[in-house]
Amino acid sequence: MSTIPISPTWILYLSAILFVIGAVGVLLRRNGISIFLALELMLNAANLAFASFAFRFAGTSLTAGHALDGQIFIFFIIAVAAAEAAVGLALFIAMYRRKETIDVDRFNILRW
Amino acid sequence: MVTYVFLAAAALAIIFSILAIAHRSPIINVLSLVVVFFALAAIYAVLGMDFLAAIQLIVYAGAVLVLFLFVIMLLNIRSVDRLGSGRRLQAMLGTAVSIAIGAAIVVAIATLTPAAGAVAPGSTHGTAFPIGRSLMTTHLLPFELVSLLLVAALVGALVLARKENQ
Repeated sequence: MSTIPISPTWILYLSAILFVIGAVGVLLRRNGISIFLALELMLNAANLAFASFAFRFAGTSLTAGHALDGQIFIFFIIAVAAAEAAVGLALFIAMYRRKETIDVDRFNILRW
Repeated sequence: MVTYVFLAAAALAIIFSILAIAHRSPIINVLSLVVVFFALAAIYAVLGMDFLAAIQLIVYAGAVLVLFLFVIMLLNIRSVDRLGSGRRLQAMLGTAVSIAIGAAIVVAIATLTPAAGAVAPGSTHGTAFPIGRSLMTTHLLPFELVSLLLVAALVGALVLARKENQ
């Protein structure tokens, strides 16, 4: 059986690169919206890893009866990410109302 | 042909994701992320996951990022801090942790036995029909729970973003 000539490993490496770029954004930025954007990128990198494994194992004996589970997982991650984006952005609006900034370093009242 | 599409999409995704986290204008950040999500949708489509490619575009590029644009324009954020312009310790630790995460993932991938994909060209395993049937049978409970979650998030977002003392 001929298959689509893409190696699942390449997709995994792409997913790793995107994940690390997202992690750099989350860890090095201080603006709340920028952190949130980088977080979305990390979620998508994880989705890509799911897609890679779905592509690799779909229809093999290892996943008999569960060939679609990888794609179903991506579907649910996208749904949860949409909910998370709505709540998170509402939080940033509430934070901005209170302090006129969304710099996360300024929101330290729960520190220590 | 398929390989070239994948490589082009991968290159686009990497370039524009760097732009998305490194550029100082938040609007350009979001628009770069749109390009990244289009590239990822192209990869899903190439892998035969048609349904996922469609919802990636509709939900992510269409809904989530438009929400980001709305909030950025609502709060009138013109430019954000440069990457790594915070405390020195944060920049150093952040870089170190990112490199460590990347190294750990690459090592994990390298230990996998290389294998070809198991999907034949023209396969219909990723179209709306099998996925919809799976969602309505095997995964019915999580599907309903996710709709509950979306309603809760909607109400929560309204409550959070509402003006106080009204």
